[in-house]
Amino acid sequence: MNTFANSLSMLRDPAILKFLLTGTMFSLIISVVAVLVSIAYGSVLAMLRNYCVTKVTGVFHWIASIYIELFRNTPLLFWIFICLVFCPSPKFMDRQMFGLSSVNNKLLFKASVALILYTSGVIAEIVRGGLNSVAPGQIEAGKSQGFSMVQIMWYIVLPQAFRAIIPTLLSQVITTIKDSSFLANVAVIELMARTKQILSVANRYNGTNTINVSDVFVLFGSAALIYFVINFTLSMTVRMIQNRRRSTSTVLRAYGGKYEKNIGHASAGRRGKKVILSGD
Amino acid sequence: MSGLFSSRAWEKIWIYRGTFLLGLCNTVKTAGAALVLSLVLGIIFGLMGSSGKKLPVFLSRIYVEAIQNTPVLLQMCFLYYALAFSGHSQGIIFTGILALGIYTGAYMAEVIRAGIESIPKGQFEAAQAQGFGYFGKMVYIILPQSIKVILPPMVNTIVNMIKNTSCLYIVGGADLLSLTYSFVTGENTGGSYAPAYIVCGAMFFLLCFPLSTLATMWERSLKLRDRKAVV
Repeated sequence: MNTFANSLSMLRDPAILKFLLTGTMFSLIISVVAVLVSIAYGSVLAMLRNYCVTKVTGVFHWIASIYIELFRNTPLLFWIFICLVFCPSPKFMDRQMFGLSSVNNKLLFKASVALILYTSGVIAEIVRGGLNSVAPGQIEAGKSQGFSMVQIMWYIVLPQAFRAIIPTLLSQVITTIKDSSFLANVAVIELMARTKQILSVANRYNGTNTINVSDVFVLFGSAALIYFVINFTLSMTVRMIQNRRRSTSTVLRAYGGKYEKNIGHASAGRRGKKVILSGD
Repeated sequence: MSGLFSSRAWEKIWIYRGTFLLGLCNTVKTAGAALVLSLVLGIIFGLMGSSGKKLPVFLSRIYVEAIQNTPVLLQMCFLYYALAFSGHSQGIIFTGILALGIYTGAYMAEVIRAGIESIPKGQFEAAQAQGFGYFGKMVYIILPQSIKVILPPMVNTIVNMIKNTSCLYIVGGADLLSLTYSFVTGENTGGSYAPAYIVCGAMFFLLCFPLSTLATMWERSLKLRDRKAVV
């Protein structure tokens, strides 16, 4: 029990606390940036895979399909290792930034590229699900109104598709935050890597000169708690959005038929809606 | 990339093919054992989650949320170091099987719970009315109907688990990816990055692609059938 108190005292050390919290910040920033870039990139991939079906453009369909399947069926760590060797890092990462050395910054960049490549494959499939949920009549209507294909995508299809996949995208953020821990394998500075680093020098901070099993519990426990709080908040948000959608759609479905008949009786309609909502 | 076409690099891969095969074997072994563990956990907690009684539902919620909201890497590290520093070190593969099994079990539990809850309530009541016990009801009435809802996401979960065997790297790794990494960075074997990664990637792809394609096709045919049923 004594060693446990010693381990807990590590968490009171402001230096360690700051070290962990900056790690958390890095994890969050890396994941959010990765998801945002992947959404842009993945949407392009999804549209290529879905709509390039003519003989001439068919080649893009195949390229996008191969890319998506390749990245979905191989581990993230595999791409991190590959990017460490083959990914060129741009000049502006090759200096001291964010309180990290230039070596660490290059590492951060390469590993983030791997995370983006991997996540974009997954997000492309999610976006494709959204695209498929948009009725084909929408595209035809756009064409008949003289929209170009790009305009149809930008003004008609993508807004509807993204509305449909917001919950799935948010759960993908959770997955990406969890996946960002894989960057710890190559010692990129994020929460997981930092937790491991502290554990390896815990004997210096806990005052017992040895690394005890209680250190493992305290350090990994607090890291797990941080991950849990972030991800659980997100997953509650997802669930809230889904529940709200489900309840509106049940209201529409339950009430749709009657509403058209009673369209003149607005007050009756409103009362009926209220009853159904409170029943949900 | 120059190493991609040099015959010497490929030759080296062929000479050390045993390394890759051992890695593949370890990955499959870990994934297989973890699958069994995760199925057991998934069935137990999935049934608890769909039982509708307060305490079991609460317990299964805690398990699922705690595991699904923390990275598998962290769980694996935690398990490994906790065992190691308390003097009960069990070896890498065993730790990997345990951690992956527990992690995947949470996903299995959710899949199974969703599958059971997709069955209309009347089926449960009808089974009860016919005098089925709990297990009879589950095995003869509910399982045959829910299996087609359960299987596609379950196969996807298995694909993810196969990919997650690469987590073993952080605890010293014996799986395919870790062995490949130590191969390309090793003193005698190092250098042939491109060919080694191509071989490793191809192995993973050949393991996962058929499974994930199967899951996608399954799902699509299910959706089509549902649409037909509604119309």
